[in-house]
Amino acid sequence: MSVATAAPANGSQDSARRGLNTWDSPWLNFKFLLGLSMIAIILLMAGAGPLGLYDTTRARVASAPLNLPPVWTNIDNPFFGEPDPEYPLGTDSDGRDLTAVLLVGAPRSLHIGLIAAGAGMLIGVVLGFSAGFIGGWWDAFVRTISDSIITIPALAVLIVISAFVKNLDVVILALLLAAFAWPGPTRLLRAQVLSMRERGYVQMARLSGANTFSILFREMLPNMLPYLAASLTGNVSGAILAATGLEALGLGPTRIPTMGMTIYHAMYVSALFRGMWWWWGMPIVALVIVFTGLFLMTVGLDEIANPRLRGIREQ
Amino acid sequence: MTAATTIDAMDTVMVDSGPSEQDAVLDIRNLQVFYATPSGDVRAVDNVSFKVQRGEIIGLVGESGCGKTTTAMAILRLVQPPGRIAGGEINLDSVNLADLEGDDLRETRWTKLSLIPQGAMNSLNPVMRISSQIKDTIRTHEGRISNRELKERILQLLQLVGLPSRVYDMYPHELSGGMKQRACIAMAIALDPVLVIADEPTSALDVVVQRVVGETLLDVKERLGVSMIVIGHDMGLMAQLVDRLAVMYAGRIVEFAPVESIFNEQLHPYTQLLIESIPSIKEKKPLKLTEGLTHDLRTHMQGCIFQLRCPHVMDICREENPPMRALRSRHETACHLYDDDGIRLH
Amino acid sequence: MSELTLGYFLRRLGMWLLTIWIGATLIFTIPRLAPGDPITAMVERMIQQAGYIENSADLIEAWRARFGLDGPWHVQYRNYLLSMVRVDLGYSLANFPARVTDIIGRSLPWTLGMVSIATILSFGAGNLIGALMAWRRVPAFIRNILPVSLTFTSIPFFMFGILLISFLAFKWKIFPAFGNYGRGVEPGWNLDFILSVLHHGLLPVLSIVVTSMGFWALGMRGMMVTTDGEDYMILANAKGLRSRRIFWFYGIRNSMLPQVTALALNLGAVAGGSLLVELIFGYPGLGYFLYQAIISADYTVIQGIVFMLIVGVATAVLILDLLYPMIDPRITYSKGQA
Repeated sequence: MSVATAAPANGSQDSARRGLNTWDSPWLNFKFLLGLSMIAIILLMAGAGPLGLYDTTRARVASAPLNLPPVWTNIDNPFFGEPDPEYPLGTDSDGRDLTAVLLVGAPRSLHIGLIAAGAGMLIGVVLGFSAGFIGGWWDAFVRTISDSIITIPALAVLIVISAFVKNLDVVILALLLAAFAWPGPTRLLRAQVLSMRERGYVQMARLSGANTFSILFREMLPNMLPYLAASLTGNVSGAILAATGLEALGLGPTRIPTMGMTIYHAMYVSALFRGMWWWWGMPIVALVIVFTGLFLMTVGLDEIANPRLRGIREQ
Repeated sequence: MTAATTIDAMDTVMVDSGPSEQDAVLDIRNLQVFYATPSGDVRAVDNVSFKVQRGEIIGLVGESGCGKTTTAMAILRLVQPPGRIAGGEINLDSVNLADLEGDDLRETRWTKLSLIPQGAMNSLNPVMRISSQIKDTIRTHEGRISNRELKERILQLLQLVGLPSRVYDMYPHELSGGMKQRACIAMAIALDPVLVIADEPTSALDVVVQRVVGETLLDVKERLGVSMIVIGHDMGLMAQLVDRLAVMYAGRIVEFAPVESIFNEQLHPYTQLLIESIPSIKEKKPLKLTEGLTHDLRTHMQGCIFQLRCPHVMDICREENPPMRALRSRHETACHLYDDDGIRLH
Repeated sequence: MSELTLGYFLRRLGMWLLTIWIGATLIFTIPRLAPGDPITAMVERMIQQAGYIENSADLIEAWRARFGLDGPWHVQYRNYLLSMVRVDLGYSLANFPARVTDIIGRSLPWTLGMVSIATILSFGAGNLIGALMAWRRVPAFIRNILPVSLTFTSIPFFMFGILLISFLAFKWKIFPAFGNYGRGVEPGWNLDFILSVLHHGLLPVLSIVVTSMGFWALGMRGMMVTTDGEDYMILANAKGLRSRRIFWFYGIRNSMLPQVTALALNLGAVAGGSLLVELIFGYPGLGYFLYQAIISADYTVIQGIVFMLIVGVATAVLILDLLYPMIDPRITYSKGQA
């Protein structure tokens, strides 16, 4: 047996190297950043009114001419008015300026989702961490209750609530949504805490005498951040889905324009039949941007949390 | 039985077993397996060549990361990306496995060479009965077989590895670690392969079960005459089981000899350190093998790969890579410490 | 397949009862926590709608009794729970002698059929797409095309439904815009009826499937990537099994387990969403009648439908839980986990 010279390496070497080098910072995930900027744009729209960039008071009923198509259209229908640059996205049959409705309503729909998911996440963090860490009867209790609540159709219960409570407040609605949004994060965190508790670095921190609080927040939380964020964005879109669903039934808060409510108004007066596509099209496009943005963030965060998803190589 | 007592026993029984050179089942030539990393290729297996004779058990030993499992995975063509077989031949029964693709490769697997996996704990599909997992292997490679014949065959296999027939209907989680490992052995010999690769077959088991599994392997080999490559760092198991031992270091084979010969006289300084580090009940000895002083596997080192840790390092070791030479009868090593007649220089 | 242990069965049955009890308690509590007197508010609303109602004071008292609102709360609660156990959901307020159970009985099969078909299709298609996206032996161009099928994942299903209706039903008139079967079709086991039911059901089912399968696909992709790294996948390869067999019996078979758990956890959301879909498509299931009940302030029907929905979802979860040990032989041995 003799030692021969090395056989020439094949060409796949370079491509393999390049693939590995692009993993520099996991947070520089294209999908995540794209989704984040879409959400940021919607949130920034809320500033248009207060900063005097647009007269958002025209979101009220009877503050604009009726049935104006958007400015870029050329619809020959005597029933509709002439497009007016004053009202870029057109107006509805109740005299609302749809541009103003968009600027006020879209960020508000997002707010409801953020409050609901944020509150739900807060409950989830407290319950999930304590259940996973304390264990015993408390863990059994939290697990049983959350497994039970998670199977109750939240939307159905919310429909009952809105049927009994007239003029639901936006914040109350968000908190009601939160009441059904906590079991998801609770389960997730509990499972994560249970698996992390056994991992080396947490065990080491324990042995070296770190207290529970510091183990929780110094050692464990940073490692769960991507999971938490993915769960949060998922919950935000779940809460917005439920809220707009209620609004589209005419059951949500009625005093302030939201995207779901605009769909309700449009459907109520059969805008669909009357060819006023801009009326129901505007909230749909706005919501699609919101949901797509959140979806991209969730997928991106998933990839940040689970590096194996980033590149599935061919065999 | 501890490793030390086994070695003592070996002293008295010095039989040059092993069939003739011509009848090689597996002939590996200049095998290279590289792993791509951001800072260059890691040469996990670098120019490894050896032969396995028919009916022979070869032991592959060395510390963690020396490339022994990678060598096994390369023979099975199971190197996962970013790893790749970068060169060399793997001739099994005169077919070069490195050239096989698609169905040719698939049909060769298990019919000619099979694997007893390292982690028997997780190597069985948790949702399939033991019998189904053996069945699907037989059916895939042998086509339609009547259920009764199949069941009889599987029960025979279970009996051969010393498992009760109730294991037939059991799921992996219902078996103990040793039983799972023996189920894997039964699966490995189901198709009568010419070569079985056992990747650390006893590493996750307790000492008593290790012995039982070792005896099962030996029993299987004696009954079926199958060739085996056994990977591990358990020298006791090696002494009990193998005919010839290959010592790997940093992706290369540094010593290759009949097991009795190697336990009697270690020629390569690394093998000496490896054997000396086996704990003994007779005497307390200090650990001579130090960890962590290996060279960077990403660079092609000039000279001997062991020079950084070698207690006998000479000038030539830094210049020239020592070739494998037969210094005793069938006892090969790659070391500058000996002249061509096998006389130690200092 | 390991047999069900009694302990497992009892634990699951306990969860089923607990869920229904929590749901029933919510339905009991909400009207009583609402600001003001719900009965008076209800009658006021009816007066608004109908213009005038005779003997409204008597009506309020009668409803008070009907609702069990005329005693101390613990007595009310006990009577309420007892009537729920007897599946006595009372009479419809808006269409008086109609029993709530009859209204539910008429609409439940349609909801059940539509939702279960949509869920099975979405779960199946989504998981398959997700598994293929993670399977290295699938050619790259197919793996790159697959995510296109997930485009509509981020759109709310009811909005997708509105789009489907406006184009496929109103504009191009390919599909009916409402109903569960065509007028003039005789219900029964005849081809006309079955085709008509399929024709009417396709759009609602499609709107749920297209918008929800991405959820399953993404979950499955993650699971499949994890499973692919398991030791038994390496051994399956070493065994020389056909790629297809490894994919189905080793990969999907194991990756499915957490997905089935996720399905059980999401059934509540699925059922809630279907209410809206029925409404948009005028599909006469629970959601449609729930909306009618809300419009006509028919509170017994509202409570009854929501209660049945909670019972239905809890039962579906119970069935999934009881079937689960059949696909995961380990489950009866680990305590209390699902």
